[in-house]
Formats: sequence, structure tokens, C-alpha cells
Amino acid sequence: MARVWKFGADIDTDQIVPGRYAPYMRPDADVGEAAFIEARPEFAKTAQPGDVIVALENFGCGSSREYAVEALRRRKVGAIFALSFARIFYRNALNLGIPLFEAPEIVEALQDGDEVTLDIPNGRLIRGQQVFQLPEIPPFARDILSAGGIIAYVRAYGRFPGEA
Amino acid sequence: MGQTLSEQILSYAAGRTVRSGEFVVIEPDVVMSHDSLTPGIIKILRQELGVEKVKYPQRLVFSMDHVAPASTVGTADAQNLVRRFAQEQNIRLFDVGRGICHQVLVEEKIAMPGKVVIGSDSHSTSYGAVGAFGTGMGSTDVALAWATGRTWLRVPETFRIIVEGHFRLGVDAKDLALKLCREITIDGANYMAVEYHGLDWMPLAGRQTLASMAVEMGAKAGIVPPTGVIANEFPAPAWLCVDPEAVYAKTMKINLYELEPQVSIPHEVDNVADLSDVAGTKVSVVFLGTCTNGRYEDMRIAADILRGRRIASGVRLIVTPASSRELNRAAQDGTLSILLEAGATLTTPGCGMCMGRHQGTLGEDDICLSTANRNFKGRMGSPKAQIYLASPAVAAATALKGYIADPREL
Repeated sequence: MARVWKFGADIDTDQIVPGRYAPYMRPDADVGEAAFIEARPEFAKTAQPGDVIVALENFGCGSSREYAVEALRRRKVGAIFALSFARIFYRNALNLGIPLFEAPEIVEALQDGDEVTLDIPNGRLIRGQQVFQLPEIPPFARDILSAGGIIAYVRAYGRFPGEA
Repeated sequence: MGQTLSEQILSYAAGRTVRSGEFVVIEPDVVMSHDSLTPGIIKILRQELGVEKVKYPQRLVFSMDHVAPASTVGTADAQNLVRRFAQEQNIRLFDVGRGICHQVLVEEKIAMPGKVVIGSDSHSTSYGAVGAFGTGMGSTDVALAWATGRTWLRVPETFRIIVEGHFRLGVDAKDLALKLCREITIDGANYMAVEYHGLDWMPLAGRQTLASMAVEMGAKAGIVPPTGVIANEFPAPAWLCVDPEAVYAKTMKINLYELEPQVSIPHEVDNVADLSDVAGTKVSVVFLGTCTNGRYEDMRIAADILRGRRIASGVRLIVTPASSRELNRAAQDGTLSILLEAGATLTTPGCGMCMGRHQGTLGEDDICLSTANRNFKGRMGSPKAQIYLASPAVAAATALKGYIADPREL
């Protein structure tokens, strides 16, 4: 079972990983340990692989820092559900292979601390007796995610998605 | 059917006519990265992509601005790694002291009208100040652009701002930028390009302030048409011009005669109020600098207010010029002396304390009035510190009084 970590709107990348915790500033530290270190210290301490992040609008706004996504990847976040994502964060998450969904129904239903089972291959999220359908991922994004990220995609196909 | 500026620029780059909503793979003209992320991008290039040589070294630009000069052994070693890499691969590098990437690329005419500039920095929207399509990306995208010479983009829809009138005394481009964040909100232009029309009269510095803050509304790019007073210095290619037939996803009009000085309140950029609503708030630090407001013009505005006066006791005024050129301009005509005589502290040109890493990191009791572009919790240091954003004129008045003050009342 995965735990749901619910957040509000406009969670900026300074909250996900403050700039002071960048790998540039702490080259010997694991940036995964800095995930939400100030905004949600409980997440930094206790989040488990497979846990799910749920947020309202504009998740990941602000800086282009990919290490915010890298920190979540290192924590093996199972998926991120939000009402919407900030542009650069969305792109960075796809590139690093973290599944992310604009999913109003799921965002509304899930509460912080819920225990869920995420079944991406079958497009389902299960909470107790309730089964939620995962929204369709746009083809361009799906191609990148199923390769395991943009680098794996480009290495496998020798081109960008959608490129002849 | 007409085209927006983004559609024109990305059509030219793609070699075919493209419309908003399409995906394109293009070769960016310029790929910028700074010291904060270039060491990591080198690692991705070598270790994850297995590539040693960048494809088009002449299109890459490195700058040393985020921690400049180095503040730790780690940042010093990382910077030296970047210097060696740049030398080996013949890549242009603007080293410590030269200034903020977004300022330097404009000064050096590397960012020019019609160019596509991608940068490892969200404020790469700044290049729209000279009519370029500038956009921020993460390290992996930049590493791929180094390796392949290419990147993918979704052609954005465009949010058109039509500006009417002129600023009244004590109001400037920063107030307009904050007012737009207030009206459009922090994600109101997400995935879109913003075009700012009606600003042929606006000098370069103001355009840079506006374009740098396009990303604070979520925008992918923020473009001021490169016409009017900057046209001689930044000539546009013949194919780039505002097309009366272009289709805009949204349009908003704003009248500058009605604009009051604006202040963004902790901890979100679009949490903006009229200055009069927050005047009197005590501060401990005033920061004048960044890609948004660290230019000569900004220092000049502050100097005109501070001439012959001293800042309030108990307040630190930290001035970080956006570049060595801007610092030198301020030194040559006495602007700098006025600031120093008023009690300002001068730091190395660069990003300074904007990211809370050095040169004035905030402690938990600090309340800062900053001319920067972000006031997120923890952005400049302690998550308990409070950051207000405002124009250089409000910053100078605030430094003088020790509380948020109206420059028009001095």
C-alpha cells in the first residue's frame, strides 16, 4: 500500500527542494533526503517508495531546477496527481520518468494519509472498495514515460518523440 | 491565417509553418546554462547519455552568476570543472563578476530578435525583452540539446497584453509586471507565451523587467515586439513582426495612467497589493538587484531618491548590479557613490542573495523588501523570513524609512 501525501495549490520548487539544498551547494548529500525538507519535514523523514503525491493547481511552479524532480525520483514517488502542473515541472517529471496526471476526480477524492494501491499498467488507483480510473496520458507523454524517461527514449530510438 | 510572434519564431526554426498546439523539434540558436546546474548537466551528458563532445559548441554559453564568486569548496570545485569543460570544448564562458546570464546575453547581443534561446533557468523568458523566444528548461533537456543540437517544444498559445498610456511619476515597469501577476495570477499564463503590445516607447531595461517576470505567471515565453526605441540596437529579421491577423488565446488591456505602485506580499508572487495597503511594514533588509531589477537604470532610480540621505538605522541595503557593465555605468556617473554614501553595501555582479545561498542570506527574523521576482517561502534563506517584492523606487524609499514607504511622498 502507498500513502497519499496531499498538498495545496501553487507548491513551488523552493518548497519541494529549497535552492540551499541543491546538489551544487551540498555535493556529498543525497538530494532525495531534501524532498520537502522545510515545507513538509514529515515527508522528508518518512515517505516510502511508491507513495503518491496529490496536489491542487499549479504543482511545481517557480524555478526550472530539475533536482526538485530528481529528489522525488530518488524517493521513488509512484505518481503525482494534481489539478494542473507548472510547465517546466511537468516537462522535467516526464523527462525523468515520473508518471503525472491531471486528475480532478482523484485529487478531490483522495485525502492526506489515505492508503491506496496504484496500478498504472491497468490504469487504476484503488482505495478500499473504490476503484478510480487513471486519466489517459497524452500520446507524446506516454511515449516518454513508457521508455522510462527522455534519455532512455532518445538512446533507444535515436530521435525525439514525434520526430521523423 | 496570421501568426503570433512565437508561431513566427518557431516556424522559422522548424523550417515549416507551425501553429499553437503543435509539437516541433528544432535546433535552438543559443543554449545557456549557469554555474548552478552546468556541473550536473556535464554529468548527465557523460554518464547518462554517454556523450563526450557537445554537438555545436558555438551555440552554448556558460555563465557564473548563481554563486559568484564561489562560497564553498564544493562550488569552487564545480566551477573549475565547468571552466575546464568550456576550455576543452571551446565554449563561451562569462566568468565570475561578469554578471547574470540574462543580462549578459542581451549585452553581448547573443540574444537577438527572432532567435530561440533555451536556458537552464526559468527566467530565460527574459530574452523576450529583445524579441527572442527565450524559455527555461531542466538539466536533462539542456544536456540533450548539447548532445543532439535539438530540443522539442509545444508551440504555445499566446496571451496578449495591450498596454495603454504611460507611467505616472514613481511608477515603473516593475509595478506593471507585478500588476500583471496580480491580474493574471501565478498560473494564468501556464504553457502560454505572453506578448506585450503598446510598448514601443519603453526602453530596454523596462522590457527586461517585464519579460523576466513572464514566468511568474507560468508563461513559457514573454515577448516584447522588438520595435520602437530598441529597433536600431536590436534589428529584427524581416519575417518577424506583429501580425494583425494573429490569433490570440487571450487578450487583456491595461492602462498605465491608473497604475499605482505595487507590492507582492509573502509568500506568493501573485499576492499583490497596492503600495498604500502595506506601507508602514517594518523591514530589516532591502535588496536591489537581480535579472528583474539590477540594471543601471534601477540603481539610478534608487540613487535619485537616496542622494544626500542616509538609509534608516537597523536596515541593510544590499546592492548587487546585474552585470559588470551596469556596475561600471553606475560607477562612471556617480550613481554608485550616492548609493554607497547613503549606506548601501555593494556585492559582486550576479544573482546575489536572490536564491538565499550567499551575499545576504536571510535569517528567520528578517523581513526583506526585494526588487527580485520571487518571494516563495525559504527562497532567500530561512523559511520564516518574509519577502516583499517591489520596484527600485519603493526599495529606495523603504531603505530610507526602515518601513515600506511610498517614493512619491519623500
